[in-house]
Amino acid sequence: MLGLNKKDTSLFLLVLVLVVLAPFLLNPFPENSELAQFNAGYPDLMQRFLIFGIFAIGFNILFGLTGYLSFGHAAFLGVGSYAGVWMMKLLTMNVIPAIFMSVIFAGLFSLLVGYISLRRSGIYFSILTLAFAQMSFSLAYSVLTPITNGETGLQLALDDPRILGVSQENGAIPAANLFGLAMRESYELSLGGWLFTFNAGYYLCAVVMMIAFYVAVRIFRSPFGMMLRAVKSNQQRMNFTGLNSRPYTLAAFVISGMYAGLAGGLMVAMDPLAGAERMQWTASGEVVLMTILGGAGTLIGPVLGAGFIKYFENIFSKINDNVLYGWFSALPEGVADFLVFVIHPFIGKGWHLTLGIMFMLIVIFLPGGIMEGVERIGRLFKRKSSDKDSSARASAAPAE
Amino acid sequence: MSLIRKPFNRRSILRAGALGGTALAMPTVFSSRAWSQGYLNEPTGSTVTLGFNVPQTGPYADEGADELRAYQLAVKHLNGEGDGGMLSTFSSKALKGNGILGKKVEYVTGDTQTKSDAARASAKSMIEKDGAIMITGGSSSGVAVAVQALCQEAGVIFMAGLTHSNDTTGKDKKANGFRHFFNSYMSGAALAPVLKNAYGEDRKAYHLTADYNWGYTTEQAVRESTEALGWETVETVKTPLAATDFSAYITPVLQSDADVLVLNHYGGNMVNSLTNAVQFGLRDKQVNGKNFEIIVPLYSRLMAKGAGENVKGIFGSTNWHWSLQDEGSKAFVKSFGQEYGFPPSQAAHTTYVQALLYADACERAGTFNPCGVVEALEGFEFDGLGNGKTLYRAEDHQCFKDVLVVKGKENPSSAFDLLEIVEVTPAAQVTYPPDHPQFAGGALGTCNPGA
Repeated sequence: MLGLNKKDTSLFLLVLVLVVLAPFLLNPFPENSELAQFNAGYPDLMQRFLIFGIFAIGFNILFGLTGYLSFGHAAFLGVGSYAGVWMMKLLTMNVIPAIFMSVIFAGLFSLLVGYISLRRSGIYFSILTLAFAQMSFSLAYSVLTPITNGETGLQLALDDPRILGVSQENGAIPAANLFGLAMRESYELSLGGWLFTFNAGYYLCAVVMMIAFYVAVRIFRSPFGMMLRAVKSNQQRMNFTGLNSRPYTLAAFVISGMYAGLAGGLMVAMDPLAGAERMQWTASGEVVLMTILGGAGTLIGPVLGAGFIKYFENIFSKINDNVLYGWFSALPEGVADFLVFVIHPFIGKGWHLTLGIMFMLIVIFLPGGIMEGVERIGRLFKRKSSDKDSSARASAAPAE
Repeated sequence: MSLIRKPFNRRSILRAGALGGTALAMPTVFSSRAWSQGYLNEPTGSTVTLGFNVPQTGPYADEGADELRAYQLAVKHLNGEGDGGMLSTFSSKALKGNGILGKKVEYVTGDTQTKSDAARASAKSMIEKDGAIMITGGSSSGVAVAVQALCQEAGVIFMAGLTHSNDTTGKDKKANGFRHFFNSYMSGAALAPVLKNAYGEDRKAYHLTADYNWGYTTEQAVRESTEALGWETVETVKTPLAATDFSAYITPVLQSDADVLVLNHYGGNMVNSLTNAVQFGLRDKQVNGKNFEIIVPLYSRLMAKGAGENVKGIFGSTNWHWSLQDEGSKAFVKSFGQEYGFPPSQAAHTTYVQALLYADACERAGTFNPCGVVEALEGFEFDGLGNGKTLYRAEDHQCFKDVLVVKGKENPSSAFDLLEIVEVTPAAQVTYPPDHPQFAGGALGTCNPGA
């Protein structure tokens, strides 16, 4: 279907089903149960799953295929966000121009950064991209304050021109919308004790994500993708055959930069604000973690990694001692105190610790990331299928 | 495609049945909260949920932890547990210690990480997932402005925590947002007369300013109010926020003919820059026949603790200090001390007061509807919450109250007794018109109840 082979088609359909049904799948616990704390099916987090999924898919096109480890991808996300907010300030609250310009600007910026950084490879390339990202961060944080509004972050205001739209409606900034459909519009479906939220913004993200995913699959399977893999396996040999690999790597870099810009544009469409810390090196590091955690070089691994990290950041950080006492209320007081004491370091502000431990466990025992885990489980249940699709499978390469 | 071509089989019948069933069920199960309710997250059960969004990790984690303690204490007092703290001294008697409007107060917590994005994500999850009716907290102006805008869009009330930048109630003010804490302008206006008395009218000031929004507004405020005294500003230098070693910025100060150094720094920045300045012997220096002096516009006890010995004798301003002797402060310090074993910081005080003010506004309005709460808070005058007579001004949702000018204590008696109050600057002296140039631009807009 759509130029995909059978295996990819089924993967694509699987992702499609997961994404469409996510509001159900992520809300497995009834609203009033103690476990509702672990529900992730609210619009903001679901949007984040998809947006960071797009970001990680794009990063994976560069890192997974060519092996070039960029430590500055957050800069493109940030540039995309700023472009998006400016479109909403100047043009219209319709999200289409914002998303479009985000991709364009991120693409141009990544062309510039890539052109310079790709003169080096390996660790030098990583350091160059890191330097560019930190430079962009510092510029956005202070020097370019008139454009970026510095530390406070660029926001919409009541007196923005919005020449194709309206500056304000009844004293309020109009909502980000897609031809009138507000992004924050939601339908709520309550079935028994469950409450499911279907959010317009989420489904816009879903459509964009599926397109981005489809394009990524096509790139992975194309001759161009093969060329990028060749760069990863042995660039020197490629050069010795007289082939110039720079245009290929630059193209991959720009494509993945545009993915990052797309993610930035979508972030703005969902929540019209762009802050400088979006470009900080920690944000660049996060997408590297997502990709490695999910499985570098695999198709859906990075999306899973992104979901994993965002889940911890948003769900675990919100569990506090009070919630714990709620869970253990049936136990005798001393036991409950003890359990809370033991669990306390891993929740609330300790979510970084929990995430770090999970990351270590995964990288040590599943060097291929979550995808390797999925694969191992899959192998337990079915005999090894014919070898012909082994090329399509993730090569469980550890992070470089 | 395959659905049409193939004759009926088990699967297609099942599928059609499922589709048809869903379609039939549709009108009965779909319900948008927007239709059935007057405003977003209207509490329908016996409880009401507040969202405490504070930095639990990152550079301001200490302040965040203290804020959270204060919120937990406030919830206790609102629900009628503990000794009631400032409820007994508060001039408004609407709160009865039975929750808010008879509903028990519950809360959710989140981590802002002192990043706008993370703070908004956390606030959004409180609103969308936990049904929080009010968001409060935060320990930096960037975060406060970002979350305030979010609450305006979403349609809940935002009660700002520690945010000192003019912009929060200046160009970035919002109808749904309220700030109890003081601001840069007030710091400058309160400090100026004290500085005049202590250091005279003929001084040359050198500013080191943290290179971000709060730094700019503070520098501007202090510069304008000291220049009005007759001081001269020799130079203003921006320092990167991530800097930890300020010696490169201190050396030029020694070579200039300035005799006052103003450190527009907060938190760790201030601790490091002040330590550097003292190490360079600035305080023992004589310039133009006068003693060289250092000023820190915004002080906090946690900062004074970090800078240790170096804060002795250095002037600054603060929103509140635990050594105040009015009834409200004493009651608060007592119940905070009983609960946690040490006196509260100004961050704890402002957040505790914000929680009480919100609860009181709901009681007086008789509703949780944000528009009703806004109406109840606008122009609200109160007393007994530690700052004397206070006004929540309707034009910009900023509290106007006395500002404390403090000095690092020469002989501290304990680890918490680091600052002494030099002067309580009366509210009238720090009040400014809503359209003051430092606050120009921006508009409140209209209150947004969400639905």
